[in-house]
Amino acid sequence: MSEPVTMLSTPIRIEYEFTAGLAQSRFLKGMSEGRFLGQRCPRCAKVYVPPRGSCPTDGVPTTDEVELGNIGTVTTYCVVNVPFQGQSIEIPYICAQILLDGANIAFMGLIQELPADQVRMGLRVEAVWVERSELGPTMASVKYFRPNGEPDADYSTFSEYL
Amino acid sequence: MTAPGARRPVAVVSFAQSPQVRQEDRRNEVEVLMPVVQEVFADAGITKDDIGFVCSGSSDYLVGAPFSFVMALDAVGVWPPMRESHVEMDGAWALYEAWTMLQAGDVDTALVYSFGRSSPGQLARVLTLQLDPYYMAPLWPDPVALAALQARAMIDAGLADEADFAAVAARSRRHAMANANAQVSGDHNVEELLGDDYVVAPLRRHALPPITDGAAAIVLAAGDRANELCSRPAWITGIDHRIEAHALGARDLTSSPSTRRAAQGAGIEGARVQVAELHAPFAHQELILRAALDLGPDTSVNPSGGALAANAVMVAGLIRIGEAAARVMDGTAEVAVAHATSGPCLQQNLVCALASSPGPGGL
Repeated sequence: MSEPVTMLSTPIRIEYEFTAGLAQSRFLKGMSEGRFLGQRCPRCAKVYVPPRGSCPTDGVPTTDEVELGNIGTVTTYCVVNVPFQGQSIEIPYICAQILLDGANIAFMGLIQELPADQVRMGLRVEAVWVERSELGPTMASVKYFRPNGEPDADYSTFSEYL
Repeated sequence: MTAPGARRPVAVVSFAQSPQVRQEDRRNEVEVLMPVVQEVFADAGITKDDIGFVCSGSSDYLVGAPFSFVMALDAVGVWPPMRESHVEMDGAWALYEAWTMLQAGDVDTALVYSFGRSSPGQLARVLTLQLDPYYMAPLWPDPVALAALQARAMIDAGLADEADFAAVAARSRRHAMANANAQVSGDHNVEELLGDDYVVAPLRRHALPPITDGAAAIVLAAGDRANELCSRPAWITGIDHRIEAHALGARDLTSSPSTRRAAQGAGIEGARVQVAELHAPFAHQELILRAALDLGPDTSVNPSGGALAANAVMVAGLIRIGEAAARVMDGTAEVAVAHATSGPCLQQNLVCALASSPGPGGL
């Protein structure tokens, strides 16, 4: 009798083309122009950035485009101390949820130009963009966020977004 | 199953679908789905706040996006939190779950939706992954090749020939000319279609479904609520689903005992069915389903054009229920039957009987 089969390797590979969609395409176009473009819900007036084309609480299209500024608040953060394969930033570094002024949802961003042990909730930060010639339709157009020198935001101004 | 008389009457009161197209290359899933959900609500004169349960059907494998069904909820707006569920199957099975939920009696309305964009991925490879992972999937038999084996078995058994397949396609395309949401339509005769090249013999191009992106939604309501929301609801007088053996070699591919059994469960035996919407992605499969459902020449089959006119994976089965229900709601039919399938060579089959009158007397 031949050897019993104890293991079977069946490689699978499928390729996909990602469709960003109308709203995220607008956002990504904004990134290539060095601008944050969000969308406002016509019902609850919340501003989503990056927008996904709908208000997740009201279920209606977010058709009004809103340009947001460069400045926001760290709502919460994580200091990364663990090295992993493919890491491009020197540890320790800070990953934070950033609520842009005028937005109603936070997104993730890197914090630099600040020692990791000094990051805190309420820290006011500004976006640092890549060189104009290097801007593209990608989140990588923002190099990182850094403290902008303003006093920390009061907890009540961002407690809803945690 | 419970005796039909013991069931709570539940009806389709509203149906909407997106235009079924080869490629939605600008809109993402949520953007395709949202107008459909808004239309199905507007048609019933309700909002999301009137809905007691939400159930969706979709597959993350189609677009390669994990938990895409969670993102899709943005199209509904589930706040405050709602009772919600999802099946990794065609929306017809989501409708079955919603129907079951309505039977339990806690809620009176349900939203069922499904969405599927086949264009971003490699559909043939994606569908191969639903096969048995040890003996079948590693050989990568694509769905067209498997369907061709089935068609060949029919020819060998003397049940049909290529002209019969072409006749199904010709009629489907002709019907689809009256369906604004259809993707493939046209007036062709059988001789013309038999001039098509083989994709995999004995299946020529016309015997295959198109690759489709689309979405659909249905509102179900129970009892008096159905009459409030629709002047002529399409009552679900019976619904059942059954499955064949997973191993293709263990099946007689030329017949569909699971469809026959589901039809018995749905109680359509002996009914005068005026309209049947059959989910037959390949032309020859319509012949198998007609036989399994005992449909006679008086039944209008696939007036929408069926799956040969548009076959958004995960959606086309729900659309069959929606189209059949629409024929009851618009007064074309008193009794209609919808069928949905999933898996290779009609592996899983669902049959839903719809009528203008609720209860067992509806048929």
